[in-house]
Amino acid sequence: MLDVILKVDHISKQYRLGVVGTGTLSHDLKRWIYKIRGKEDPFLKIGDKNDRNSKAKSNYVWALKDISFEVNKGEVLGIIGKNGAGKSTLLKILSRVTSPTTGEIKTKGRIASLLEVGTGFHPELTGKENIYLNGAILGMTKSEIKAKEEEIIEFSGCQRYIDTPVKRYSSGMRVRLAFAVAAFLEPDILVVDEVLAVGDAEFQKKAVGKMQDISKGDGRTVLFVSHDMGAIQNLCNRCVILNDGLIQSIKPTSEAIKEYLTINVLDSGSVKEFQKEATLVKMLSAEIQNNGISTTNFHSGDDLDLFVSIENEEHVPVNLFVGLYDQYGEKIAHFGNTYSKFDIKSESTKVCVKLKRLPFVEGRFHINLSLHAYGKPHHLEKEVFAFEVSPGDYYNMGKNVLRNNGKFLMNVGWNET
Amino acid sequence: MTTQKEDEWLYTISSKRKFIDFNFKEIWRYRDLLVLFVKRDIVTLYKQTILGPLWYLIQPLFTSVIFTLVFNNLGDIKTGGIPPFLFNLAGITAWNYFKDCLTNTSNTFTKNQGIFGKVYFPRVILPMSITVSNLLKFGIQLLIFIGFFIYYSWAGHDLDFSGYILLFPLYVIIMGMLGLGLGMIFSSLTTKYRDLTVLLNFAVQLLMYVSAVPYPMSEAKAKFPPLVAKIVEYNPVTQIIEGFRYMLLDTGDFNLGKFLYTLLISIGLFMLGLVIFNRTEKSFIDTV
Repeated sequence: MLDVILKVDHISKQYRLGVVGTGTLSHDLKRWIYKIRGKEDPFLKIGDKNDRNSKAKSNYVWALKDISFEVNKGEVLGIIGKNGAGKSTLLKILSRVTSPTTGEIKTKGRIASLLEVGTGFHPELTGKENIYLNGAILGMTKSEIKAKEEEIIEFSGCQRYIDTPVKRYSSGMRVRLAFAVAAFLEPDILVVDEVLAVGDAEFQKKAVGKMQDISKGDGRTVLFVSHDMGAIQNLCNRCVILNDGLIQSIKPTSEAIKEYLTINVLDSGSVKEFQKEATLVKMLSAEIQNNGISTTNFHSGDDLDLFVSIENEEHVPVNLFVGLYDQYGEKIAHFGNTYSKFDIKSESTKVCVKLKRLPFVEGRFHINLSLHAYGKPHHLEKEVFAFEVSPGDYYNMGKNVLRNNGKFLMNVGWNET
Repeated sequence: MTTQKEDEWLYTISSKRKFIDFNFKEIWRYRDLLVLFVKRDIVTLYKQTILGPLWYLIQPLFTSVIFTLVFNNLGDIKTGGIPPFLFNLAGITAWNYFKDCLTNTSNTFTKNQGIFGKVYFPRVILPMSITVSNLLKFGIQLLIFIGFFIYYSWAGHDLDFSGYILLFPLYVIIMGMLGLGLGMIFSSLTTKYRDLTVLLNFAVQLLMYVSAVPYPMSEAKAKFPPLVAKIVEYNPVTQIIEGFRYMLLDTGDFNLGKFLYTLLISIGLFMLGLVIFNRTEKSFIDTV
């Protein structure tokens, strides 16, 4: 039988735009007058949904609106959504940092939250003293920390420096120590915000492994927020997708990730329409896809499909060239249909360029498109797409490539001669 | 799944505010945090200073010297047979503890928004820990006072503790409660109205002069206009300072009625502070 440990019931959170706080003195007064007359707060009826791109019609905005879900004991629930979808607000309410405007959350267990690692670290205190302080801030008692002190120090890998003030630590060591304390928290419900994105590759592996132990081995309930779909896929059973402060859907992880990647499409620009006038030969639009899904998120080893629609009313021969740039604006590759001895039809058409098995470890890349006609560059579009590559299973080893494996991945063959 | 009874839930997070909803059990569960905060404050305060805790001594000693020169030598304030320096030192020791509790707790929310914005623990732990760690400073200053007390006795002055010295721990608690209560009220209000920080700094300086710190109540009664004398007399801080001197030096007026009056005011302000603080802690992070 499923045992509900946490019940989120119609949670909403309203913020006022522009001015910090809940409003001006006159609004405070109006609220108070309504309150003593026993009426509902007048400002709760208004408010836009949380869409950052459109101009606000009202001064109030709902960061979260009518959020309801239940979490079962021992479940790892992922919370995904774009920036500004309300994830952090939800976490803040769950961890009691701020209170909801309406609605309530009921829980059967103690909630501990990790919105940040190393909260309350004091630079003058030694590593060991900070373990105790940070642990206590996170809700552990002294005896609990004492029992785990050895393990925490070992996990952090900072044995040598444990009696040195934290201000002498490198930032990496500080993060390791902080994560180590957090990893040994034993609350009934753990709320985690992207804290895994810290430290070097080795430590990240350790951290994800620890998170898996916590959720799988110990049967702890975890609410996990991340943009890293790899981590979500590894850890979570179910995911809540937030969009503009509303729950879009609650689904098993793999379906949820698919859905999330498709809602990501429209605003992150995996489809582009071009506006070039007064010519009969031009590019109309372009799109990039990952495995049939229009997206800008890729993993190393994925195929990137680039579709370009070309209008050619004059029926002249055209050639298409693609430039690939890294995040620093440096050109890292250039190719065109002529290199592959491929002729584009001399009429309006749609071309698909397949970038097979992306050989990048990780990074952000831009694509420039150039259409040549009449024997010279004719229509140039710069930075048409920016796509993200994160570590993936390039070598089909069943695991992702490591971040410190260089910039490029090589397609190599092994033989004994 | 929906058959749970209401009382099975451990706690509820909601927007509704009860007038007083203190979870003393929770505060008790975080007692180790209180201890660790106190330890942190004490250990880190004078790291990388040359004189370290000696600063605790220098400040009241110099203030007493200045007070003696200005008020007793220049201003000719009578201290009822007690050496003026010792009289001032007693007043300043008590005043310092109250003042530190008040000013150090009054910026709890603004100073700690980094921590408060990231993790939950009963917020009241922080001002409480400040009040406790100030006790150390108070203790050291009290030792200095006792040193001078012994010195003056040895030098031939007729000094004596009062029989009410047994009330001393209670006085310390009252001072702490009053400072903490006012500090919590101020810290709650400063989350929305920042100008109060400026006001507080200035008000605390003035408060010292209407709290009978550099002069005894008897002089105030004799020399102040009647209205001002009344204000000074019914100022609870005056009563604390006077009572404190009465216990340590057997000087000044003390009666049980005034003592109870101070006790009630302090408890009242402390409770009010708790209530306001508790209401603020729920959503201050949106307004700070």
